[in-house]
Amino acid sequence: MSAPVLDVDAIINDRSTKIVICCGSGGVGKTTASAALAVRAAEAGRRVVVLTIDPARRLAQSLGLGALDNTPAPVTGVDTSAGGSLDAMMLDMKRTFDDVVLAHSTPEKAEMILQNPFYQALSSSFSGTQEYMAMEKLGQLHSQSEADGSWDLIIVDTPPARSALDFLDAPEHLSSLLDGRFLRLLLTPARGPFKLMSVGFNLVSSAMNKVLGTQIITDVKTFVTAFEALFGGFRARAEQTFELLSSEHTTFFVVATPERDALREAAYFVDRLTEEGMPLSGLVINRVHSSTVKVSAERALALAEDLDPADQPIEAMALQRHAALQHVIEREQVLLGRFSSSRPGVARTHVQALPTDVTDLDSLRRVGSLLSAED
Amino acid sequence: MSPAAGSASASAKRPPSRTGHNRVAHGDAAPHGDGIAPLHTLHIVTGKGGTGKTTIAGALATALATEGRRVLLCEVEGRSGISELFETSPLVGAEERRLCRTPAGGEVFGLSIDAEDALLEYLDTFYHLGLAGKALDKFGVVDFATSIAPGLRDVLLTGKVYEAVRRAQANRPNAYHAVVLDAPPTGRIAQFLNVHEAVAGLAKVGPIRGQADSIMRVLRSATTVVHIVTLLEDMPVTETEEAIADLRPTRIKVGTVIANKVTSTPLDTPQLQLAAAGEHPFDVPSLSARQNQSLAEEFATEAARILQERARHATLATFGVPLAEIDFDPAGIDETALFGIADQLAKQRSEEVE
Repeated sequence: MSAPVLDVDAIINDRSTKIVICCGSGGVGKTTASAALAVRAAEAGRRVVVLTIDPARRLAQSLGLGALDNTPAPVTGVDTSAGGSLDAMMLDMKRTFDDVVLAHSTPEKAEMILQNPFYQALSSSFSGTQEYMAMEKLGQLHSQSEADGSWDLIIVDTPPARSALDFLDAPEHLSSLLDGRFLRLLLTPARGPFKLMSVGFNLVSSAMNKVLGTQIITDVKTFVTAFEALFGGFRARAEQTFELLSSEHTTFFVVATPERDALREAAYFVDRLTEEGMPLSGLVINRVHSSTVKVSAERALALAEDLDPADQPIEAMALQRHAALQHVIEREQVLLGRFSSSRPGVARTHVQALPTDVTDLDSLRRVGSLLSAED
Repeated sequence: MSPAAGSASASAKRPPSRTGHNRVAHGDAAPHGDGIAPLHTLHIVTGKGGTGKTTIAGALATALATEGRRVLLCEVEGRSGISELFETSPLVGAEERRLCRTPAGGEVFGLSIDAEDALLEYLDTFYHLGLAGKALDKFGVVDFATSIAPGLRDVLLTGKVYEAVRRAQANRPNAYHAVVLDAPPTGRIAQFLNVHEAVAGLAKVGPIRGQADSIMRVLRSATTVVHIVTLLEDMPVTETEEAIADLRPTRIKVGTVIANKVTSTPLDTPQLQLAAAGEHPFDVPSLSARQNQSLAEEFATEAARILQERARHATLATFGVPLAEIDFDPAGIDETALFGIADQLAKQRSEEVE
């Protein structure tokens, strides 16, 4: 059963595509795929900004940049003759969060928030902050392009999620956390309608004091009080971003490799995006193996057996490796076939496995053309 | 003063002994069988995403489960990686379920640690907060605390691992001879394990701090070791080097760097160089000239890749950490393949698993 072909060029050349989001599990080549798409779109005439969140700074390496900071910088060496351009940036999640705080509160209040240990933890180590700030930054880039037309295509490389859910759930989780019953109670001491609930709350409060100590509770209260004014804004923007993600101008690419775990995560992602009504373009399958030698694994092994290894060690090894490669190809085809039968209609493009690491613009161009190749 | 003094003396009291009776010390705590504990009782496995970290953790647990031994394999990222690996239904809640009996006669159990469950269990064990614990959960405190409190999540996750390791020393039921942790990837491993640092800014005194101190003592002890899984590719090797550097200040010992999916070949470097350069004319009888040509081309790329693998192996060797190599398995990974990997680990790092 063969899957429909994902026509990458048609998507990136379509001017109504304004946001492309690449998602998938860790280690599948998401960053490389995003960068390759960005280079290809820019050289086809789009004015592109690519946002990466990956802490390993791999995109920086791929784009030949020493360091990416929290604002987009032009990538040199891109062919701009078609009228396009390429900017790249790497998300600094703490800085993005600090900027949000500074932009939406008074200097005194901002100072109070920035100094609070809970804010510092939230902005630097909370597991969903990266995803949340990526969305915040995407919102900012989108508004900037709407306002001054700096870019007409935003490509986002999503964080290496612990689970495929994080990316979609983190904004919701964070805002529900900041809007939770517990925080409401902390903010509203036993008064009015909360009086009844405060019996339970006292139990909770004394338990918390016992376990964590009073200093922590005081810090939390200070943080929550100072942060309260920001709550509304955060929620509203999270909702806006969610709408932006579901709009017809956005599209998702799910990146995977032809391996069991990566395809399982990809299936999960595809289901989730479908369920949420998010616009899915299709699947990019990285590192797919192929061979031009039309000799089966069994025959290669039989031929290798007939050789005298002392006489022809290189040929013997080559035949064994070819047999192993054929096995890999067979296994990949089985896995991809199963994926297609369980999720028919999901378009797919394959990127052939490259013998070397992708670390410069030329190799990104090569990945880009493999991405777009119809096979 | 520095907690270093305390942990150093703690480990001095329990030196790792290859021959001594220390290793049998908690033998009677293990309810089933009479296996003796291995050199290290806590094995933490990390690696860059996509290197096969979970597979290696599973294989290591299998290798450690020699005759009569009970080994616990834990995961902390809620991805059901363990149950998928052993082709069984997902591990839920606090269940410690047997995943397999090894050919050597040991048993491997699995546990998927969840921070919220760990917090409720912690509150119940140490504070007998049965009812209040449930109230905390209902008020969203558990979600809040595990999400937002600096480092608390990591303290809870490592705390559960600590509890499982401690069972043997404390003669508690359901003890294990060894615990293997499928830990977060290399980029986050030092932060994850450095629970001490994590709570430092938060709790200067109090029970959480005490708990973090105890966890840190076990992590830094002579019976704990971190293994880093890598591929012989550029970025995983770089991340391995970074992880070793990141772990150094935590004083948690790095045990083995495990190069996964390695291509084994009897060819020497000059032969590979010849093939990679396309300078070796292929002459396989019964293949056409064209087939010989395309086979030579296919193998030229392969030989170049194997040469790169060798260069990276040489780089890994400069890190000063023992190396193990696991052969690439073109058939893919399933439960039976795990036993094969376990054998390779046991042969190359026999001092770890004996």
